Amino acid sequence: MSTLPAMMHQLFGSLINLNHPGHYVHWGFIQISVANLILIGLMVVVFFAAILIPFRRHGGRG
Amino acid sequence: MPADTEVAADSAADLPEDADQLTAKLRHAAVAALPPGRLMPDRQPAYVASWIYVFGVLTLSALAVVIVTGLVLAIFGPSWWHVSTVGLFVNSLHLWSVEVFFFAMVVHLWGKFFMAAWRGRRRATWITGVVSFVVSIGAAFTGYLSQQNFDSQWIATQAKDGINSTGAGAIFNVTNFGQMLMWHIILLPLVVVLLVGLHVLLVRLRGVVPPFAPPKGSTIETETVPSHEEIPTGDRP
Repeated sequence: MSTLPAMMHQLFGSLINLNHPGHYVHWGFIQISVANLILIGLMVVVFFAAILIPFRRHGGRG
Repeated sequence: MPADTEVAADSAADLPEDADQLTAKLRHAAVAALPPGRLMPDRQPAYVASWIYVFGVLTLSALAVVIVTGLVLAIFGPSWWHVSTVGLFVNSLHLWSVEVFFFAMVVHLWGKFFMAAWRGRRRATWITGVVSFVVSIGAAFTGYLSQQNFDSQWIATQAKDGINSTGAGAIFNVTNFGQMLMWHIILLPLVVVLLVGLHVLLVRLRGVVPPFAPPKGSTIETETVPSHEEIPTGDRP
């Protein structure tokens, strides 16, 4: 019977396997890791979400 | 004796001030530039009610976590943060708060760039923000060099050629762990915290940058337009 930390390790290990060399995208002279590319994409998504999603305001303060 | 000392201290504060003294001049200048209501306001203009204005304070929050976890790591050292469970956890907190710090700071920077946040005599606010960003990259870089593992050795040996090609390798040796650690835990955090502190004071002094005015004849609701009680940006001191 495995312990809780071991189970957690297996769970997260199955979700994201980091035991391999990094993956890279090559585009001409541009080279970037997939991890960094995903992160930049997330920043763009969050940027537009921050502009488009309405901000909840408290009544009577505007 | 203690009672006499307290009386003396109280009466000294009640004495008429010496307006020519440097301390008094500095105090007057500081209070005139940033009265308490402007230094720590509990109200903001209507246009601040947008998620894009959240990322500055999110960056500050992440920086606070970076500093606190960094202090804990400095107390216990590498043998602790690489071996013990709690040490690994605090080490991870330090890393991931840096990730959040940069993530939030980049979104903050994009937001301020596209609203031209240097408008209304806010050039110094913009410049301190940009310089903070650049110095933070150096702080993160020296942090990766201070991990005390194979990763940091790999980064150091890869980076040395780049640094040497700039000519800076003579005084900034990325393979010198002691030097990189000092830059990471003393010099660069000090500069980042001072710059960020100055940046926040300038935001308080000049106010949060308003959005661009809508074009004439626009159907945009005027509720979101800054017709607020804030001082017009051009009239600020």
